Amino acid sequence: MIRAALIAWALMTAPVAAQELVRDFGPESATETLRLRSTTDIAVLGPVIERFLETRPGLRVAYEQWGSNALYGLQASDCAAGRAGADLVISSAVHQMVDLVNEGCARPHRSAITAALPDPLVWRDELWGVTREPAVMVYNRDLVPPAQVPRSRFDLLDLLRPTESPFRGRVATYDIERSGLGYLFAFADSMEATTFGGLMESFGRSGAIATCCSAEIIDGVAEGRYLVAYNVLGSYALVRARRDPRLGVVAPLDYTLVLSRAAMIPSTAGQPRAATQLVDFLLSPEGRVALEQALLIVRLEDGESTALDLGGAAETLQRPIALGPALLIALDAHKQALFRARWRDAFPETGGAAP
Amino acid sequence: MAETRSWSLKARVALAVGAVLGLGGIVVLSVALAYGRQAAREAYDRLLLGAASDIAASISIRDGAALVDMPASAFQMLALAPEDRIRYRVTGPDGTTLTGAEDAPAPPRQDGTGPVFYDGALGAEPGRYVAVTRRFAERSFSGPVRVIIGQTLRARQALARDIAGGALVVLATAGLAIGLFAWLATLSALRPLQRLGRALARRDPVDLTPITLPMPTEIAPMLGALNGFMGRLDRQAAASRNLIGDAAHQLRTPVAAIRAQAQDAQEETDPARRDRLLARIHERSVGLSRLLDRMLDRAMIIHRSDTAPRNAIDLRDVALEIYEALEDAPGGAAIRLDLPPGPVVVRGDALSLVEAGKNLAANALAHGRAPIRLGVAREDGTLLLFVRDGGPGPAPAILEGLGARFASHAPGGAGLGLAIAREVAQSHGGALRLGPREDGFEAALSLPRAVA
Repeated sequence: MIRAALIAWALMTAPVAAQELVRDFGPESATETLRLRSTTDIAVLGPVIERFLETRPGLRVAYEQWGSNALYGLQASDCAAGRAGADLVISSAVHQMVDLVNEGCARPHRSAITAALPDPLVWRDELWGVTREPAVMVYNRDLVPPAQVPRSRFDLLDLLRPTESPFRGRVATYDIERSGLGYLFAFADSMEATTFGGLMESFGRSGAIATCCSAEIIDGVAEGRYLVAYNVLGSYALVRARRDPRLGVVAPLDYTLVLSRAAMIPSTAGQPRAATQLVDFLLSPEGRVALEQALLIVRLEDGESTALDLGGAAETLQRPIALGPALLIALDAHKQALFRARWRDAFPETGGAAP
Repeated sequence: MAETRSWSLKARVALAVGAVLGLGGIVVLSVALAYGRQAAREAYDRLLLGAASDIAASISIRDGAALVDMPASAFQMLALAPEDRIRYRVTGPDGTTLTGAEDAPAPPRQDGTGPVFYDGALGAEPGRYVAVTRRFAERSFSGPVRVIIGQTLRARQALARDIAGGALVVLATAGLAIGLFAWLATLSALRPLQRLGRALARRDPVDLTPITLPMPTEIAPMLGALNGFMGRLDRQAAASRNLIGDAAHQLRTPVAAIRAQAQDAQEETDPARRDRLLARIHERSVGLSRLLDRMLDRAMIIHRSDTAPRNAIDLRDVALEIYEALEDAPGGAAIRLDLPPGPVVVRGDALSLVEAGKNLAANALAHGRAPIRLGVAREDGTLLLFVRDGGPGPAPAILEGLGARFASHAPGGAGLGLAIAREVAQSHGGALRLGPREDGFEAALSLPRAVA
């Protein structure tokens, strides 16, 4: 009942209750059609799918772009009803994906390529981390002097501390009630270090803005409404920063959360073979090159090739969000309620920030 | 030949060792599997209990309701079984689910406050659950809150397999080692047999002397039997040889003499002298016939003493039979019997012994002096069947040669009688003893006591 309520809640609060966008890839004459449901923008992942289809003539990919909560609700109900829906699901809300796998909604697949994945990026041979996207801070290059650019959470805390700070009211982050990804990052932060408690308190005192959606946050930074955005998904930020010289991107030096979008093959998939081929492609060297070009894989080790400002040895500071049962706690009803309550203390409901 | 060959000893040992290892392997493997399952179950049950207790400890009462601040440590603990799915549920006093999955099965029994472990389904997979109850008695909230948490069995099965697999590796190694040692032991145990076989094969066909090879105690009786068998063959062959030799040696002279006398008688014209000659021929014929009887007797007795079944017999019966046989002989009435009160048992052939004793007694009658005594005695662990007379016995020089086959110093073949007595004694594992005593001369068969 709780789970049903959770799903209902997910459906109700989803920004859009149906797919946001649909696009087909591959020839019309194809005999097989792979239904891919993903939270990733079609524009971002599309080129990778096209690269995959070059290796698989005769296959068509029907790409549905979903909001993460809606996708979670849909997959859960598909699974419960035994209804054939997606053949492959890729979501950035990996805690929801872990829950789907935990509920037995996924089909196992094991190949030499999946076996080579490091432990945090594979669970039960049913869930695979396909991307590598850091949670970054984005700042406005024009308005933030280089000396003030925050390189870590501690820097951000220091910037927000003075009562006359120009950063007051001009720091933004995801609204965790409207963004599954924002919730995941915030939750991972709270698990990772005590810094996050101080940061939330500081956000609350300085009137930081919680709002929805990567695009909106990055727009705000570019336009100067916000000076710094915290915990923005690196892939989106870097895409924008490439084109927009006003944007600077920093991977926090104290630690950098790294999200791997999780892929799973639903147990009800109608085309599991094609799905396994796509999974293997995404994990193969060729697929990784394509994902890297789409900035879905960000090499933190090599800041030269990206717009990412690293500032130091980053290897040991990466905290991949491990795919595993520990993520289930993020979905616990009481835990969520407690976390939201804490969050609400820092970011009181404004009522005005519609998506 | 082929049908007399049965399974080789090596094959038997291999079969036995294989069977033992196979059966043992099945037993050990099933025990190891059971143990592995048990150990894995206990290990992961503790993990479950730890996680459940962790969650139970995190329950607090806020605004009259139980609130679970789910600890990350509980999930990290469960993630030690990294491939297993998890299901949990926290229920309030009225049984409603506070948080977690509705479909986590409730424990089978409700009693008690301790943790309850139970098996239950976790989706499509089997799972293992624990239920821990924490009781609250606050002003605003009272009653038990139950934490149910379960996980699938992959890690348990993997651990059980690991444990059993380890045991199997040890078992297989031990099995190979045991098999190897069994093989080597068999080879080494069979080596004396091969040596014996080679020694037999190398032998001269007419060589019937005993084989003297050091043999293990298990094989020694077989070698002893073989040697005994060859000994009997040897004696029988010797007996046949002796009979032929005796016949040749002892019969040639009297037959030649009879022939010469018969020729003389043919040519003799004087009736009186011819009658004398004929009488001599008759006398010699009778002697010859007696000699022939003795020789055949002896061959028969020696043959018998080797081949007849050995029974437990009382030497007193033997002595009595000799006495009765000689009663009617000339002077036989003078023999006195000398028997102990209890039975004197030997293992042997009664007929051979009677014949040997008769020969000794006949010798005493022929050559000794009264009083002649026939009797049985025990002496130093051996048993005696003796014949004693009052005479001095033969001269020492003659005594040395007595008992040999041709040492007949008297007409009628007394030497042959002694030879028979000696052979019978030897075939019974004893000896013929001849010697003077204070009161005369004694000839005795000294025989080993019968082993019960």
